[in-house]
Amino acid sequence: MFPETWQFNIANHINNFVNWLLDTFAVFFDGLSSVVLNLLMNIHSALDAIPWWIIILTIALFAWFVSRSIVTVTILAILPVFIGLFGLWPLAMETLAIILTAVVIALIIGIPIGVLMAEFKPIEAIIRPILDAMQTMPSFVYLIPALMFFGLGKVPGVLATVIYSTPPVMRLTCLGLNQVPSEVEEAALAYGATRWQLLKEARLPLAMPSILAGVNQTTMMALAMVVIASMIGAGGLGYEVLISINRVNVGRGFEAGISVVILAIVIDRLTQGFAKRFEPPTT
Amino acid sequence: MSSAIEVSDLWKIYQNGKQQLPLDDVEKLEQLKESGEIVIAVREVSFNVEPGEVFVVMGLSGSGKSTLIRCLLRLVEPTRGSIIINENDVTSMNQKDLTFFRRQEASMIFQHYGLLPHRTVIDNVAFGLKLKGISKEERYSKAREMLDTVGLQGWEEYYPGSLSGGMRQRVGIARALVADPPVLLMDEPFSGLDPLIRREMQDELVKLQQSMNKTIFFVTHDLDEGMTLGDRMAVMKDGKFVQVGKPEEVLADPADDYVARFVQDKKKQIEMADKERSKKDEELSRNVS
Repeated sequence: MFPETWQFNIANHINNFVNWLLDTFAVFFDGLSSVVLNLLMNIHSALDAIPWWIIILTIALFAWFVSRSIVTVTILAILPVFIGLFGLWPLAMETLAIILTAVVIALIIGIPIGVLMAEFKPIEAIIRPILDAMQTMPSFVYLIPALMFFGLGKVPGVLATVIYSTPPVMRLTCLGLNQVPSEVEEAALAYGATRWQLLKEARLPLAMPSILAGVNQTTMMALAMVVIASMIGAGGLGYEVLISINRVNVGRGFEAGISVVILAIVIDRLTQGFAKRFEPPTT
Repeated sequence: MSSAIEVSDLWKIYQNGKQQLPLDDVEKLEQLKESGEIVIAVREVSFNVEPGEVFVVMGLSGSGKSTLIRCLLRLVEPTRGSIIINENDVTSMNQKDLTFFRRQEASMIFQHYGLLPHRTVIDNVAFGLKLKGISKEERYSKAREMLDTVGLQGWEEYYPGSLSGGMRQRVGIARALVADPPVLLMDEPFSGLDPLIRREMQDELVKLQQSMNKTIFFVTHDLDEGMTLGDRMAVMKDGKFVQVGKPEEVLADPADDYVARFVQDKKKQIEMADKERSKKDEELSRNVS
């Protein structure tokens, strides 16, 4: 038995500290919260307002643009219909809205930081270990800081998703820029490119396939996290899964689970196809 | 008139750490080199190239010729020495002047082309003009003209990935010429091409040079190429110029064993060709008589 007198709890201190932070920086947290909520609500009400068949038509068109294959288009257009058949369409739109919000924020943060990491080695030296550490943490843990500052609800759900899904796009942006062939960079410099021109004209376009692979990864991570974030009240399909687990309702959980998988397949195929479009042409 | 390129006492030393190098103490440098702490890529190189001259630097791989040509544009930062190109002191320029200089005064052609794979042929040719901020119309019309000159009309909208090596290098040459710089730096431009195409490109370069009259600094490991193109040539070994002179002089009077071995085959070829010719001449005269 561990001696009881040795016990030392920091839980209270942390709670006090967080309360202090919340009081002191109330403006910042409220502001951030309302920005995120606004973005989310706009995206969500837009998705809700669009009739289901237009969404499927859009998916089909997009699928045609990235794949030019009738089979792919058919599969990607039919799969979402099942979500509707299960009666989960509104929940799926809710989940999609959270994913889109989180991905937009993750890209706005992630791509510039990835570029900075590639351009300035000291920044990379600081950020890379943080990303490595983040990767080893279980995804549950990301709920804690979000919970800490924003309580329960959709906003912490979105922010936990952002934290969890930003690293891949940062890493792949940095990787893509570092992999640009040195001959091309050298030639651009030899013709009098400034550092900014080198980045804009040569490095970024050549890193595009890698950056878009990062977008794809970030989106998939966001989807995975959104299901877990239902535990702090993010809602959507994840919440349906959570309820099914609590009530040991296997069938209902299966329907929700399949819907998540369908969402994942459609998003993955579309973003991956989009990434392929950006590879340098050989013909 | 002053020289187009004036290089004096140029050194490039690669080192592991950041310690001060004893540049004036050759013995110490030798010791550091032996212990593997530094690599001397270019040492004590001085030369002048006159306007309109084709100056060839020849050497085997690892002799420092690629480092030397990169020093001229400061793509590689020289350790010591001075480079003056068209009265611009390249070594003392700040970043801004250097960028301007690279756009205006000297263009480089690379062995591996260095084309942008995501841009069309015409955009690649117009690349330097775009960096200068020239309008799309003007740079396209100039680029189109240059593509005609190098024989690539009709290929404007293709991507480099679909072109053969020879055609890619034509794009590289067009890109270099489009800004009309007085100096061309060519780093083994034809080494990656198959022999027939190489020959063709060399002939075309000679033809082009007759009308353009640029100052050309040409790096190669191919003696034939050097002899065909060069007004003067330098033979480089371990970062040093071991001999500088007209191709015939180098051939006739090699400065040391290294150069002698370099030109040996070529000499044999010439002797053989001479013998053939004199044999034919004899036969001819016998037949006549």
